[in-house]
This record gives sequence, structure tokens and C-alpha cells, in this order.
Amino acid sequence: MITKAYLLPGMPHPLLCPEKNRGWGLLRQAYDKVRSEIEQSEAELILIYSTFWPSVIGHQIFARAEAQWTHVDEEFHALGSIPYRFKMDEAFGELYKDKCLARKLHARTVNYQGFPVDTGSVVALKLLNPENRLKAVITSSNVYSDRAETLILGKAAREALESCGKKAVALVISALSNRLHQGVIEPQTDRIHSLKDDEWNRKFLEFLEQGRLEDVAQLSRQFHREARVHKVNNFKPFWWLSSLMGQSNLFKGQVFEYQPVCGTGAAVVGLESAPVAARDLEFDETDPETYSGERNVLAPPVSEAPLENEAEAEGEVGRGV
Amino acid sequence: MVQGPQKNGSVGGGGQIVAGVLAPHPPHLVYAENPPQNEPRAECGWEVLRWGYERLRKSLARKDFDVLVVHSPHWRTMTGTHFLGVDYFKGLSVDPVFPNLFRFHYDLKVDVDLSRAIHDEAQVMGLDTQMMTNPDFRVDYGTIISCHLTHPEWNKPIVAISSQGLARYFSNDVMQAVMVKLGQATRKAIEQSGKKAVLLASNSLSHRHFVVEPELPEDMSYEHIQNHSQYLWDMKILDLMKRGKGREILDLLPDFTEQAVAETDGGSLTWLLSALGEPTHPAEVHAYGSVIGTGNAVVEWAGPGQEVLS
Repeated sequence: MITKAYLLPGMPHPLLCPEKNRGWGLLRQAYDKVRSEIEQSEAELILIYSTFWPSVIGHQIFARAEAQWTHVDEEFHALGSIPYRFKMDEAFGELYKDKCLARKLHARTVNYQGFPVDTGSVVALKLLNPENRLKAVITSSNVYSDRAETLILGKAAREALESCGKKAVALVISALSNRLHQGVIEPQTDRIHSLKDDEWNRKFLEFLEQGRLEDVAQLSRQFHREARVHKVNNFKPFWWLSSLMGQSNLFKGQVFEYQPVCGTGAAVVGLESAPVAARDLEFDETDPETYSGERNVLAPPVSEAPLENEAEAEGEVGRGV
Repeated sequence: MVQGPQKNGSVGGGGQIVAGVLAPHPPHLVYAENPPQNEPRAECGWEVLRWGYERLRKSLARKDFDVLVVHSPHWRTMTGTHFLGVDYFKGLSVDPVFPNLFRFHYDLKVDVDLSRAIHDEAQVMGLDTQMMTNPDFRVDYGTIISCHLTHPEWNKPIVAISSQGLARYFSNDVMQAVMVKLGQATRKAIEQSGKKAVLLASNSLSHRHFVVEPELPEDMSYEHIQNHSQYLWDMKILDLMKRGKGREILDLLPDFTEQAVAETDGGSLTWLLSALGEPTHPAEVHAYGSVIGTGNAVVEWAGPGQEVLS
């Protein structure tokens, strides 16, 4: 089961230079509060979905027993190096992969010395789990996957937790709006890149504070269009998180902090189960259980056109090929 | 032999670009070569492209050059263009997407003087730039792969230039406008340096991948282009390269990039064509092939007064 879930920004500034900007310092304080909550929880595992780790070949799960390196961010290298030593839950990683495979996803674990753990995961684990009290597992974000595939990835994680009986804290590492300033800025002058980004961030935070996780998930496509730089095909972290947590609005939310980091919308938000849904809406998107593969929408031969039930399984009913 | 343009005498400090190369970086090619630096071992694979790199190496062996200058889409920066600014790097590069194929122990020298010179020229032209001076920095795998396949001896210093993510932030046209300036700055700095440089644009052409991998990655029975429209676009661009239509390629690149999901969104090819002065002489296509569905070509343009072994 999931004891609690958090949205966290992955930029290195709250870790490496919180003193340079008041907002970055407040984010650091918010991280510290989350760290304290996790320490007081019954969580036995930290389960991470990081938008800072893109994958192409299906879904990768980082599960090396001990990961040690000195990380330098490719963009913010001037802020300094981040030496780390993390402990990963190898067994859970394998179990998670097996649950993905059973649901027809292409998935594999990654267990190599020197594998480049992404900046977002490094920052979160350094700030939230500095003594390696809990083991962690990190999941990549496939650049091509869309809602159906990501939902199934979340369900596989939930099933793996149920199967092993572990209690976990779930971390989604992602900016809200992700547009950076295109040059070096004076730290004191940092601000959200545009008013539009800021307004969309605040709308999402309003929903999250009310515990409306599934509503946020179902707004992901629109948020992607409005407030995200289109580096991947969609905004997926809330699909994964909502799927992992049962696809409902039955949560209590807390916005610990929301600040700009180099133009991006950086928020620290907590979610925990609540007995009553903030809003009990009828969700209009489908709920696939297994993945039936990628469809070639460019030129599908008739023989490969999906059958109706396959299309349903992909959660793409009604979309012509 | 394919001739480059006539030499116009010494320019500035007498430096010159002796060749420009489209040098894609699929880790699969290094994996299939089995160099001692790479941990995984392969049986075979992607020979046509690897033979293309062999032909490139033979052609470059006839040229005298001091430095490789590489622009890589896998060092992606948003805050301007960054340049390696440390003399020496030694480390392990593990591909985050294909860690099963590429775990490469690198040991390389950087021509920091030239790196800084290009940085300074770009800054004078109004571009946002930064020198990367953190010695713990891990050099990106695009840079390493293109350099290794071009010159596996690793006995020449490199200059590595990041790819600014302008195509996604603004548009392919904005990216292209900035990369044209970066190419001009690169050429000017090289000419003034007195050095002979080989330029590498480290990118694929069409870039839609398959999202699954066969159990044996080098099983070539699974390898083909991801879709026919990508292939047609790749052939269109290669045809223009072979006919020396540098200006026309630049005009088409924004559309090509969008419609073929091409890796030219990183700006490497635009930078190269600009640095070469929008070449009007034919390029030598050493090879074309697909890697996990993407379209890749090894293409060489001769610099002024140079020839390409065809």
C-alpha cells in the first residue's frame, strides 16, 4: 500500500544553493518537512516515477542494490557536484518488472555500475533519505508512451506492492510548467516563465490541495498543451500516480510550497488517503488493464488494424487510425 | 575523389575546417564494434553503417587535422550553448536509454583554447554561452560515440558543444537561426586559431524509434526503418547532400525535422552546414542504415582545398 504520495521538483537548486534565492530556500524547507513526514511514516520503500529519466525501450526500473557516483547536472554544472550512495530495493524492482511484463508492457530492470541516475531522483533521495534508511526504486518515463500505457505502469506498481505486502511512499518527480529561462539569470530575479504557466500551475495546485488527484490526471493532456514544453508526447506523472493510488479523488492534499526555479513551476505537494472524495465526478476516460502494443497509425495494414476489444484495451476507443 | 571548394588563401590565423561530417551516434554501432573500452560484447550488427564509418576513417586518414569539434544533441542545455572547459576527462559513460549496449570507459583530452575561442565568438555574435568547468562532469554519450567511431585512436583533442533545446522551446526555425550563427562563430574561431579541424554533427536523420528491442539486440532480422515516410524524407535530404545543395537543405530542415521526427531538432546538422558555409559541393555519403528504426547516414563534406575518398 501507499502511505503517502508527493509531487517534488527535480531541479538541483534547493539541494546545492538554497541560500541564493528565497524561493529555493523555501523549497528546501518543504523538502525537509517531507523528509520528516516520511521518517515518521510506516513506509518501507520509496517508489519513484521521474520525468527526469526518459526511456525509449519500454519502461526501465533502476534496481541496483547500491548505486554510487558523483553526479553533475548537464545544465547546472556550475552549481557543483553531488556525490551519492543510494540503496535500491533490487527484489522489488524485479517484482515490479514482472508485473509490468504480465500486463504486456515492455520493461526491464537496470543494474549497472555507473548508470546515470537522473538529477531529479538524485536530488530527492539526497534530501529525503540521506542516511538510506529506506530502499528506493526508480521508474523511467517513456518518451513515446501515452495514457493507457502509463496507467498500466501504475497498476503494475500497485500490484507489486500488494503482492509483496510492503508499505511505500510514492514520489513523482516533475516540474509543473517546465519552461526554463533561456539564459543564465541572477538568482534573485527568478520568476515563473510566463503568467500563463503560473495560472495553470496554480489551477493544478488548487485541485491537488483539494485531493482531486484523478481530476488532475484527467487534465494532464490539457496541461501538457498549455503549460509544458513539448519534449515528450504528453504529461504523464499524474496518470502513473493516480493509477498507483486507485484512480479517485479520495485524498487530502497539502501544498507545502510553490516557487519558481529557473522559470519552471516547482511545487512540493503531499497527498494522503481521505474517507470522502473532494469531488465525486464521473471520469470519462477508459481504464485499461493490459497493454496490447503500439499501433502503427501512419500506415497500418488492414491485417494489423486493431480489433474493437484491442482498441478498448488500449483506452483509445473512438480514435480512428 | 570528391573535391571541396577552392582554397581562398589564408583566412585570419590560417586555421581551417578540413572536413565536416554527419556522424550519428547510435550506441549500437560501438556495441557491435566491440572496442576494448566498451563493457558489453556483441556478435555482429549494423555492418553497413559501421563500414561507412570505416570509409570515413580511411578518408580522414589522408588529411592532416588537429582537433575534432563535435556538436551533440545528447548534451541538451536550455540556458544557452555550453562548451567543455576542462583539459582532460576520464570516466565511464553509461547510456541511460541503452545501458545494456553502451558502458564505455573514456579517456579524452579537450582543446580548451579552441573551445573558449568558439565560446567567445558566439558570445560576440549575441548567443548565450557558458563554459563547463566542473571536472566531475560526465561527457555525454553522443559526443563519445561520434568521436570514437570517427577516430577511435583518441589521440586528438576534442571540442564538445552542447545542443540548445530551442526547437521545442520555440520552433525549428528559431533553433535554426541560432545554430546558423553558432556555425559561423565556429568557423571564424577555427580560422583564427590556426588549427585544422574536423567537424562532427552527431545526429541521426529520421528519429522515430521502435519501443521494443529483440532479445538479441544485434539480431538484424528485426532491423528496418520505422516507417516509409521517414525513409522518403531521409532520401530527399541525402539526395540534396549528394548534389551539393547546402542552402536547400537548410531551407527544408524545419519541415524535415518536424515530419520525420528527425534528430536534427538538436541543431547539429544546421550548425555543421553553416560552419561549412552552406556547401555547394557534393557530399560523399559513406553509408545509410537504420538503427532501432531510426535513419542514420555517415556523410562527409570536404573542406576548402580538400578531397573526400569516395
